[in-house]
Amino acid sequence: MTPRAIVKKAIEHGIDIIAITDHNSMRNIPAALVCAAGSSLTVLTGMEITTSEEIHVLALFDSNNFNIEFNEIIYSNLPDIKNDVEHFGYQLIVNSIDEVLEFEQRLLISSTMLDLDSVLDLIHKYKGIAIPAHIDKEQFSIISQLGFIPEGLKVDALEVTRNIGIKETETLAQRYVMPVVSFSDAHFLTDFGNKSTELYMEEVTFEEIRRVLSQVVLI
Amino acid sequence: MKILEIIEPLSLEIKSCNQNIESPFSGAYVSDLLSDVMAKGNDGELWITLQTHLNIVAVASVKGLSGIIVVNSRCPDQETLKRAEKEGILIAVTPLSCFEAAGRLYKIING
Repeated sequence: MTPRAIVKKAIEHGIDIIAITDHNSMRNIPAALVCAAGSSLTVLTGMEITTSEEIHVLALFDSNNFNIEFNEIIYSNLPDIKNDVEHFGYQLIVNSIDEVLEFEQRLLISSTMLDLDSVLDLIHKYKGIAIPAHIDKEQFSIISQLGFIPEGLKVDALEVTRNIGIKETETLAQRYVMPVVSFSDAHFLTDFGNKSTELYMEEVTFEEIRRVLSQVVLI
Repeated sequence: MKILEIIEPLSLEIKSCNQNIESPFSGAYVSDLLSDVMAKGNDGELWITLQTHLNIVAVASVKGLSGIIVVNSRCPDQETLKRAEKEGILIAVTPLSCFEAAGRLYKIING
């Protein structure tokens, strides 16, 4: 799962847009952007953030204004726990030709010290799209951690796992009056294309994704 | 047993609905997953947790819990406390850990 392999695989599958969403880090995104440059694939800058309540939230950003500051804020809010390689494996930072640039020492799977509302505010402050991840999971989902979706939650969509069928997805969208999306959540190259969400867009830009999500009409 | 009787042994600082300290409680449930408390919490119990999100008030209210004990000196934000006051839910904060708070409470209740 190096950035080079990911970009190659996504293009083979005919996918137009992917987002790279490592846990609490964006440091492998620059390599993916280099790999995708000049190709048909758009790579969104992203992150899967763990809030202090242990809720996973997807943050997506426009890669044209790649913002290192956001990454720094999340990093500075991660507890200073060293990665245990035996348990969690190496946390590699690589370049576009699969060369290792650095081993990230701080454990990235930890929860940040930022609560849900602070994380959502931060994502929006940096003009990102905020999507609570896999809300149907029994761990690390907004529903498992908080019991239900809080009223007036400032998010742009909700994500369900690939186990949720289209009918149930529609029911959820109607219940929460919000777009419900689903992605492959690919942790391995073989996961590619397992699930995707189709958006009818006028052009492939980040702002167009935001516009489409904000204009979802629920029947 | 009344909440009043455990304020000192659990080093509780009452943050909302102080008038409820005279209320009785039947036992306690310990969990940091609100979905779990929704499923397993029982009417009249105290709830020991480290969660401070606004949703804890709604869960306590729906389940008819006698109050919430927040551990490790984690302080709920103003909005949570405001809602708790409105819904009549007592929230108390203790510097104790979950283990220590639950252990002391268990001992008091079961001798």
